[in-house]
Amino acid sequence: MIRELVIVSGKGGTGKTSITGAFASLGKNTLLCDADVDAADLHLLMAPEVQCRSAFMGGSLAEIRRDDCSQCGRCRELCRFDAISEDYIIDSLSCEGCGVCVDLCPEGAIDFPIQQCGEWFISDTRFGPMVHARLGIAQENSGKLVSLIRQESMTLAEQKGCDLILTDGPPGIGCPVIASIGGATALVIVVEPTVSGLHDMQRVAELAAHFKVPGLVCINKFDLNEEMTRQIEEYAVKRNMQLLGRIPFDPLFIKAMIAGKNILEHAPESQAAKAVIDIWKKLVSSPSMNAMGIKDLSQVIQ
Amino acid sequence: MKQGTGKMIISIASGKGGTGKTTVATNMALSLGADVTLLDCDVEEPNAHLFLHPTITAQTPVSTFIPEIDEELCTGCKKCAEICRFSALAVVGQKVLIFPELCHSCEGCMEVCEDGAISPGQRDLGVLESGNAGPVNFFSGRLRVGEAMSPPLIRKVRTKENESRTTIIDAPPGTSCPVIAAMKGADFVLMVTEPTPFGLHDLRLAVEAVKVLGIPSGLVINRSDMGDDSVRTYAASEGLEVLMEIPFDRKIAEAYSQGITIVEKFPEWAEKFRSLYHRIEEVAGAKETAE
Repeated sequence: MIRELVIVSGKGGTGKTSITGAFASLGKNTLLCDADVDAADLHLLMAPEVQCRSAFMGGSLAEIRRDDCSQCGRCRELCRFDAISEDYIIDSLSCEGCGVCVDLCPEGAIDFPIQQCGEWFISDTRFGPMVHARLGIAQENSGKLVSLIRQESMTLAEQKGCDLILTDGPPGIGCPVIASIGGATALVIVVEPTVSGLHDMQRVAELAAHFKVPGLVCINKFDLNEEMTRQIEEYAVKRNMQLLGRIPFDPLFIKAMIAGKNILEHAPESQAAKAVIDIWKKLVSSPSMNAMGIKDLSQVIQ
Repeated sequence: MKQGTGKMIISIASGKGGTGKTTVATNMALSLGADVTLLDCDVEEPNAHLFLHPTITAQTPVSTFIPEIDEELCTGCKKCAEICRFSALAVVGQKVLIFPELCHSCEGCMEVCEDGAISPGQRDLGVLESGNAGPVNFFSGRLRVGEAMSPPLIRKVRTKENESRTTIIDAPPGTSCPVIAAMKGADFVLMVTEPTPFGLHDLRLAVEAVKVLGIPSGLVINRSDMGDDSVRTYAASEGLEVLMEIPFDRKIAEAYSQGITIVEKFPEWAEKFRSLYHRIEEVAGAKETAE
């Protein structure tokens, strides 16, 4: 049974990718998936060799054929996104791709070409296969791309006989996050002990509770504010989330990043590396990560 | 720049999360004091209120159009489902099913319904909070947990821009549609990054996004002594001016963790944030003159 662990945080910059990268060293028979398609960074630690590259086709955008346009104004009246200028040029950044103008233009003068919104890749890394993507700049449909690469990760894991997918998730609680957590075996929530870290984690936990997913919490840079660390742990326990452990603040994470390595490769003897190993041990023995992949409803976020 | 007023709209963005957007936005707002509006457009995870401690005077629910079907009038003609590109409507037998969370509010279904069976309904997007933090006018969007689409709420928050006040926008991380919604139409994009490989990689993406919009921009390097020189080298090659550097200071990090801003903890920083703002005015002004 293939299990999928999704690493999220709510707030950005709490250490999701650095910790996912370190987990990659510890997992056996693991596939990596970078679901932060909007600002993907995991490849900077993994040096993936791309084996297969595919276009990601997103939605369509409207384009007016000037020669056929009678400037009747119907499209401008219909468009709810203010995407059509007075001289009948469509702003591709504002166009929502609803196609209402396309269908209802009396002259049939509007085309609706499908857009390439990004690319996705299957790669090899020193830790096993990796599925990742790059959403085009200023594009929509990030949720659709996340769903696609999670699906492709599952297919590839089946082919390669991997039994664990490690998915580095996006920050926030919007469409790419919703697309990242549905159907996950469990979430690891990486929190920093700050007022914003706690606030944002509460929102992502609330979201995850809708999906009935188990949540496991680890606190990064815990020693920056131990009182806040305790508050976060209390909150986690209250919502039925398992505590995995605490990682100290350590500039070695940045040094490792600069070296293109994870913390276990770069500084295996450091306190931070030891903390990550302890967290991993707790993680793999957690009831929610049982080898049968059976969803333990007693473990889900309440 | 708003014609003749000299009041700017500055959007603070980064690509990578957790680099210090909210820190720069709140500290700049507090340093400028009077005639400043701060808009927290990171509606998925709004944080500015945790540092400004505003008095909230109004919480306005924000919603978006979804279709509502009058089954008495519906003939099951399927035209609504045919025009919907987002599969938010389906007709099963004679009955129209609506999937509200998939609706993008284009109103195409209502337009093509010949039986008058569709009327405007609402999907809750979240709330718009309004208030004051001392002299700073404060507005913040808070996306409903479970809502996938943030841009309509971001656009709603941005209706609070006011020509007679300097507007500082705290943008969400990333480079896709929510960030574009928080940057479009701004006079200047101030990017905040950290000098690390992740910071650099995501800064490049953010710079590309700003180029698409054609807005002048500049850079703040946060925790500027914790990393390497690659961000500075990149900024120089792009002609992106480094407008401020904030070195790592454990005291700043600890204050942040408790919701205390830099200027509260170290008042001497207020002058630096005011200089940052004046430099932005010069850079944006120069760009405008050049055009």
